[in-house]
Amino acid sequence: MPFVSSTKDLDNLTLTLITEHGASPDRLWQVWEDARQLERWWGPPTWPATFTRHEFEPGGESRYFMTGPDGERAYGWWRITEVEAPRRLEFDDGFAGDDGEPLDRDDTTHTAVRLEETDGITRMTSVATFKSLEQLEKLLAMGMEEGMREAVGQIDGILAGQEVR
Amino acid sequence: MVVEQLRDEETDRIFQALSDSTRRDIIRQSMLREQSVSDLAKHYAMSFAAVQKHVAVLERASLVRKERRGREQIVHSNPEALRRAARLLDAYEDLWRGRAARIDELLSD
Repeated sequence: MPFVSSTKDLDNLTLTLITEHGASPDRLWQVWEDARQLERWWGPPTWPATFTRHEFEPGGESRYFMTGPDGERAYGWWRITEVEAPRRLEFDDGFAGDDGEPLDRDDTTHTAVRLEETDGITRMTSVATFKSLEQLEKLLAMGMEEGMREAVGQIDGILAGQEVR
Repeated sequence: MVVEQLRDEETDRIFQALSDSTRRDIIRQSMLREQSVSDLAKHYAMSFAAVQKHVAVLERASLVRKERRGREQIVHSNPEALRRAARLLDAYEDLWRGRAARIDELLSD
């Protein structure tokens, strides 16, 4: 299981998640850097993400949408604030309108990602900071609950050594 | 959908109410046992009026309920509203568990 721990801080409305992966930081960095790889895991199986723009450099921006089971789309965007391959990545994630462009550039969730390698295992620490519970709720409304059940199914498939999808 | 749809203003009020350490402590105190605003005020180095204001913010966010009993105002916590906030964070954690599992799947390709 890649999941190691999570720490919820209601005081600062942050969530720290630590996962460990049996790959090098360079390999793990690619799943963030390469839009085609990123879209294979960012959205849940029922709400897959499609990145139409991905400028992976400080000050760069990304545009993506997630497609729901009935073909509905939820649009989002990133503002990349720190990139230090293959160790540090920070970005703001916000909601976008049907034209794919940011709705409110200040209404963003900040995510800081750190990659550290020990004995062939890379530990990924992600700290997400929300500005409000409303924001968090909107994010989760993007089909996350539904996706969760399927993701759990995928984990079981992996544990059973089956090829999933 | 498992995540309950809270109205925007409601979630804003909950977040604002939780963003202050005295108010979080008032919630903890009122969860331990129901008590009057004057009893609560004894825990803090601030005026009764200041504590009353904090209680009013919590009440607007539905995190506590106030009930008049004789000459006293009794404060009760509202665990349901607190559970909602915790549930939202739990759901986000589950989202990331799913992402981590999908990353592993991708890495093993």
